[in-house]
Amino acid sequence: MPISFTVNGEERSVDVDPDTPLLWVLRDELRLTGTKFGCGIAQCGACTVHLDGMTRRSCVTPISMAEGSDITTIEGLEGPEADAVQAAWRAIDVPQCGYCQSGQIMTATSLLQQIASPSDEDIDNAMAGNICRCATYVRIRQAIHDAARTLEG
Amino acid sequence: MNIQTSRRGFLTGLIVAVALPGLARAQQKSGAAAFFNELPGGSGGMSANAFIRVAPDNTVTVLIKHIEFGQGPYTGLTTLVAEEMDADWSQMRAAAAPADVELYANLAMGMQGTGGSTAMANSFMQMRKAGAGARAMLVAAAAERFGVPVDQITVEKGIVKAGDQSTSFGELAEAAARQTAPEDPPVKDPGDFTLIGTDLPKVDSSAKTDGSALFTLDVYRDGMLTVVVAHPPKFGARVASYDDSAAMQVQGVRKVAQIPSGVAVYADNTFAALKGRDALTVEWDESKAETRSTETMIAEWTSAAKAGGEWEVEKSGDVDAALNGAEIVEATYVFPYLAHGPMEPLDAVVELHDDEAEIWMGSQMQTGDQAIFAKILGVDKVDLHTMLAGGSFGRRATPDCHLAAEAAEIAKANGKGAIKLMWTREDDMQGGYYRPLTVHHIRAALNEQGGIEAWDHGIAAQSVVIGTPFEQMLQGGPDFTAFEGANELRYQTANHRLRWAKMDSPVPTLWWRSVGHTHTGFAVECFIDELLEKSGKDPVEGRLALMGEEQAREKAVLTRVAEMADQSGDFGYGVAVVKSFGTYVAQIAEIEDRGGVPHARRVWCAIDCGTAVNPNVIRAQMEGGIGYGISAALHSEVTFDEGGLIRQRNWDSYRILRISEMPSIEVAILPSTAEPTGVGEPGTPPIAPAIANGWRRMTGTALRRLPIIPVA
Ligand code: FES
Ligand code: FES
Repeated sequence: MPISFTVNGEERSVDVDPDTPLLWVLRDELRLTGTKFGCGIAQCGACTVHLDGMTRRSCVTPISMAEGSDITTIEGLEGPEADAVQAAWRAIDVPQCGYCQSGQIMTATSLLQQIASPSDEDIDNAMAGNICRCATYVRIRQAIHDAARTLEG
Repeated sequence: MNIQTSRRGFLTGLIVAVALPGLARAQQKSGAAAFFNELPGGSGGMSANAFIRVAPDNTVTVLIKHIEFGQGPYTGLTTLVAEEMDADWSQMRAAAAPADVELYANLAMGMQGTGGSTAMANSFMQMRKAGAGARAMLVAAAAERFGVPVDQITVEKGIVKAGDQSTSFGELAEAAARQTAPEDPPVKDPGDFTLIGTDLPKVDSSAKTDGSALFTLDVYRDGMLTVVVAHPPKFGARVASYDDSAAMQVQGVRKVAQIPSGVAVYADNTFAALKGRDALTVEWDESKAETRSTETMIAEWTSAAKAGGEWEVEKSGDVDAALNGAEIVEATYVFPYLAHGPMEPLDAVVELHDDEAEIWMGSQMQTGDQAIFAKILGVDKVDLHTMLAGGSFGRRATPDCHLAAEAAEIAKANGKGAIKLMWTREDDMQGGYYRPLTVHHIRAALNEQGGIEAWDHGIAAQSVVIGTPFEQMLQGGPDFTAFEGANELRYQTANHRLRWAKMDSPVPTLWWRSVGHTHTGFAVECFIDELLEKSGKDPVEGRLALMGEEQAREKAVLTRVAEMADQSGDFGYGVAVVKSFGTYVAQIAEIEDRGGVPHARRVWCAIDCGTAVNPNVIRAQMEGGIGYGISAALHSEVTFDEGGLIRQRNWDSYRILRISEMPSIEVAILPSTAEPTGVGEPGTPPIAPAIANGWRRMTGTALRRLPIIPVA
């Protein structure tokens, strides 16, 4: 039975094992490869997407749960918070290897959608589920503050 | 022993060993030419040399022979070319060079590969010459076009001018391509640098911010099967038998095959492959497996370190006599096996055709990997695409090329077509190639002035190199990766001895970001700090007083970091200085007690890496290196149960640093005109001892076993 949902504004329908994690549907079926695999057990945040406006670990979200939902991946991320976050990321060269950064940006964007000017503690709490093995954390923190400042205008 | 020379000598030997008769050089050359035309910017233009292509659309693409996994060679090497071409930074692009040892060898290794923080050092003159050559060809073309002698041409920010005539690189590219490439073009005087030494934005930040950067895992080929492998649960175990009947029932599973490293499950997609692997039943032959527990191994390693070991690596004076009857200070330091845990687990894509193979892989040792593919697959041509890799920290540079071998075996068992081998995080954590479990034992005696009368140092560790194809690098000597950093002690000692006990285990070990310095830096810097405290000396002044003239650069970074650090808070402050890979780094950590364990709030870091090509990249590597070092100091270890089962599986049990534990970091780069040295590794060694020293000075408790906060 096909499962239907929206990804980055487009209606999609897949006919796969309903237990298949959303992560592998995005990557293997839809070839949206910006969402990454880092652990498969909701420990690292590399697979973070927005599902109905909230961050979600796609590696532990069976596709059956996504029926009818609205999904945004890094490829379709847009809006003032997203733009500010991505611009801040580029401006201070946050990425090193880059592999975790889609997930970091999805989480950071969501944070700014909820808290317009987060404190260091807000940032630590919101970003604690996103591992960066290159330890770009100093710049992640800085870039989120920078993005918040741009949004304030 | 001169490590540089012997490394080079050995690796040159390796090329001879791995150069396969089947590798057709001519074919590879034409492959490189075709490669140029596939680069962005339009066809035509000028391929000035093996490294630089100027496209008609005025972009300049630099082919980078080193893998990019975050340490910055795409930006750094591109900077060198842009500098000598007098290009505008906005027109510069970077792309991975093809795998071709004749064109793209690491000049410090004699093969194409990346490691030992050599990417910048070995490329510094080569890439500048390449840039200067391209510039000369563009200038010659401009002189013809303008009808003026070459010495009337000026180039600035990519604009080529003579009098009131001006043009761009792109417009000159076709004509420049017909000029002869100069043999040995002069390069700039460092005083004339305009780009080197400035904070240029990185060339790969955009693609790594919008999800478009492509890693090996992102490669999909038509009809490709995804493969995961059931690996042995203990090191040294082998497949005895397996039953794939349930696995073959899983929808999407196409094939199950035994390969030397385990049992491979081939499927239409990743989820089916994983489900198929879960459904396999494998019986393992554990007769040759490692069955000791970690505690047993540590006890054995500790006795060996205390006994000193069979390799006497360094000796001056008479340590035994000096220690005899003296008041002895001694300490034992224990370091666990560590997984590298690159964020992108290991993976490779192989597409096998009749007589050639095309590979996509985050290859850190292209020459070795290429040779292994050619040998196992029995093909003449191996077209290897070096992909961006999601971290490595040493993990992708294995002397035995085991990942390439596994991918090749999988492809071979499958025949023609494409496969993607994917390791899961559990495969990564439990897959070995760890930083070796290491125990140090040091005994010392002080004289009345607080000088070091004797320092007797024993290290017990497996060899990373002996028993691998890299062994010839050692020329029969001891494995320096086990003790580098404990030799050539920077503190003057009247009598000194360093011994290494080579330990054995089937657990495969490997270099891990900063290699031997990961533990020698800790043992030496913690021990000296204790000695200084005993004799009532200041940690910075005391260190400086024990250093000689050869330590001028260590002294300079130490002095600088002491000036930077604000040590006025009600916290513990710890210092450490380590030279590794030709780079000097000193750090001071501000430590607070967070529920009985140390937390680093702020870290000050001073570095001397010769000419600072891109200070932004250098600061980023110091920040990242410090974070990587704190993970190991506080949390990470791989341990075995009695019987040899590995306890850690994923990030929940192999813990690493999260953002809430990251200190703020201030970096100072010492001005220098010396040749640049590496920055990928040297940021890591000083942080763990700086934390431990700060903690000891604050609480009185010496931390001598890592990690400080083991996962229960
Ligand atoms: S891959 Fe989903 S949290 Fe790590
Ligand atoms: S940038 Fe490499 S894991 Fe975050």
